[in-house]
Amino acid sequence: MPAEPVSAAIALNRFGLGARAGETPPADPKAWLRAQQHHFDPRPTVIAATPHSSALAAAWHEYSTQVRAASMKAKRAANAGLAPSTAPAAVMPVAFAKPATPGKPLQHDVRHFNRDSYEAQERARLLAALTTPAPFAERLTYFWANHFAVSADNVVMLGLAGTLEFEAIRPNVFGRFGDLLQAVETHPAMLSYLDQIQSIGPDSAVQRRASLRQARTKSVGLNENLAREILELHTLGVGSGYSQADVQELARALTGWSVGGFLPPTTAIAAVDGGFVFQPDWHQPGERVLLGKTYRQDGDAQGRAMLADLAVHPATAHHLATKLARHFAGDVPPPALVERLAATHMKTGGDLSRVYETLIDAPEIWSRSLAKFKTPWEWLVSALRGVGVTDAPDLKFVVELRDLGQSIWKPRSPAGWDDTAPSWAAPDALLRRVEVAQRLAATIGDRLDARMLARRLLPGTLRPETSAAIARAASPAQALALLLVAPEFMRR
Amino acid sequence: MLSRRTLLGRAALTGMVALSPHLALANAPTDRRFVFIILRGAMDGLSVVSPVGDPAYAGLRGALADPQGQSTKLDTLFALHPAMTATAAMYAGREALFVHAVASPYRERSHFDAQNVLETGGTVAFAFKDGWLNRFGGMVPQDPAIAIAATVPLALRGKAPVSSYAPSALPDASDDLLARVGALYSADPQLHPLWSAAMDARMLAGANGPGTMAPAALGKLAASFLAKPAGPRLATIEINGWDTHSAQVRRLGTQLKQLDDTLAALKLGLGPVWSKTVVLAATEFGRTAAVNGTGGTDHGTGGLAIVAGGAVRGGRVIAEWPGLAPSQLYQNRDLRPTTDLRALMLGLTAEAYGLDPERVSRTVFPGNNVRAMTGLLHS
Repeated sequence: MPAEPVSAAIALNRFGLGARAGETPPADPKAWLRAQQHHFDPRPTVIAATPHSSALAAAWHEYSTQVRAASMKAKRAANAGLAPSTAPAAVMPVAFAKPATPGKPLQHDVRHFNRDSYEAQERARLLAALTTPAPFAERLTYFWANHFAVSADNVVMLGLAGTLEFEAIRPNVFGRFGDLLQAVETHPAMLSYLDQIQSIGPDSAVQRRASLRQARTKSVGLNENLAREILELHTLGVGSGYSQADVQELARALTGWSVGGFLPPTTAIAAVDGGFVFQPDWHQPGERVLLGKTYRQDGDAQGRAMLADLAVHPATAHHLATKLARHFAGDVPPPALVERLAATHMKTGGDLSRVYETLIDAPEIWSRSLAKFKTPWEWLVSALRGVGVTDAPDLKFVVELRDLGQSIWKPRSPAGWDDTAPSWAAPDALLRRVEVAQRLAATIGDRLDARMLARRLLPGTLRPETSAAIARAASPAQALALLLVAPEFMRR
Repeated sequence: MLSRRTLLGRAALTGMVALSPHLALANAPTDRRFVFIILRGAMDGLSVVSPVGDPAYAGLRGALADPQGQSTKLDTLFALHPAMTATAAMYAGREALFVHAVASPYRERSHFDAQNVLETGGTVAFAFKDGWLNRFGGMVPQDPAIAIAATVPLALRGKAPVSSYAPSALPDASDDLLARVGALYSADPQLHPLWSAAMDARMLAGANGPGTMAPAALGKLAASFLAKPAGPRLATIEINGWDTHSAQVRRLGTQLKQLDDTLAALKLGLGPVWSKTVVLAATEFGRTAAVNGTGGTDHGTGGLAIVAGGAVRGGRVIAEWPGLAPSQLYQNRDLRPTTDLRALMLGLTAEAYGLDPERVSRTVFPGNNVRAMTGLLHS
């Protein structure tokens, strides 16, 4: 028996990324969603073709080594009383995809390399969204990437931000939350973004040696940024009862967590592959107490044990359940759904596949259509899918996410993008969507009949007023633009 | 050549001017302008207006204490960061003042909760759903407030009508399409008011909106709205990027240059209207008194607010200075707050618009009995 049209619309739009032109609505929406776990490819070809974090680390390592060598040479020349020779020549690091630009400093090349990497990752993300056989799984990927937000705000993060999603999040979307958490907190993008890579314990071996050499070289190198955001954003959630002392204890346990490749060679231990390294000399020794529990492990095992406990803490279960319910059921998360999601998390030790089962079974999600105002990313992806874009030439539209207010991997805050309507439903933001819709429709022109397309994309939710406006439009392109900005297309 | 949009905008503007009691308005208290600049990420007030005369300061700050040795001396205790040249000139011309050791009622260290408190005007996060400036806007008989951004910040969200505008590189949609979209949204309770506000803002902006989003350009854009006789009287601007956990000297220098450029652009763009203007730049909390291990500072409590404008009785640092010795710090790590930021917000807005501060307090900070700071502006 065919599903209720509204149920199909909810499966396609609220759980999925919007119907594609030519796609038949699922006959059994819940079965369609459940099957996606098996159709999801964590590393599709388009994503596998983008630079890995290790390539970015190698480029950065080579760049910083050469800059250091050039500055040493200049210093030696100055000490020998020689006039400074010409500026250091731009030597092309082997890792860079493009040749050095003659006459431009090396910095120019590393910036270019990272910007090219970022743009390739953006296009890969969009292409995967447009061609995926598992749109619900892709949506879950974006959910977790936003939960563990990093932002491409400087030259290093520009290249790295997307690799967190591709390398740490995608492979763990259907696994245990604890594994996802460990993968994220040990990934070079997160460790760099939240200032963890040079956090040094006050009683670490490095600090003890420094204080033997001279009275006090500099203040203690502890940085509590990552620890704070783990507790506040990634696990327990703000206001769940941890103290400043807990933040500091977690920060001390994490000292020594760093990455190869992004630190000066004299500072970091050998690894340059960009992956996680534990620097034993930087670690604050001794037992730590977090949330009243004592951790006696040595080295990085201590922080890992804390993360494992945080992943299955009741406050974490409640925090994640609230965000999932808000994302799928509406801006005001239904308390009963939050309770059920949290209970599944606790009962299964954070098995995310089982948590998603609770989501799929939730009557709160299926009972109200169009409950969520789409974010710019959600709107643009659904519009491109709706008009059947799947190939490279049309991907210039990725650039317009900037004008729509949501550049990929640039939330500018570790809290990620907000997930409620007031952040996105604003006067100028609406106008921009109309402008983008007009441009998109102009390129599709008369290849699509918006009257038929409207019924396909919005089964059961298309309003008579919208149908009439589309039918009365002045041109096929204008009809298409009106469909893409109709109230029911702005929501999911 | 004039586009059709421009012509429509001019016609509408003329209409509005004709309808509003413009001549009476020119001398009315509501001819004042108020701009709220939200500095997101917790600005390090101790680096902006540095208490160089405090005996504990240099020891706590090390390399962060007066990076270039070029700070501008403000009085016997304080010096201003060298990146703020335009602001220093305003201070010298008595058009800028600073309020130090100031904080909202929030005492934890989460950016997100703290920004919620800063913008809602509550005592704890999520106590109010609307913004303090929106509640104040409801008391000002004028055109809607405007957010210089594509989306409206929480400070301006609420019952009083609000518009938003930001420059965009996108080509304009055709007037015909805009009209059809307007009809499509006419029965939608959420989209209809947003669409109307968008159309109004586009008309006010005319063809002169600058094309970039740099903070100084936002200052210029805000000024272009506020300078219009029938334009909005309240505006918000947001500047991100103040969360300086590492490499603070370089990063803060860049941030402060942006803020300084924004203030300069406002003054320049407002022209004669600057004399009727009050600008408040505030952040969610201060940062730790001591430098951390990565050349930066972590989340703290007491901070700094910057007030500028021709209506301001400037040239002074207002601070009940708590001191930076270990025993004087809040929780042994932060500048101790001695002034309630809400008292400053209340004093500035009530004075600017000639409203009874107690009445404003009851509306803007209901149930909290906030008492206004006084004597901040020229009467």
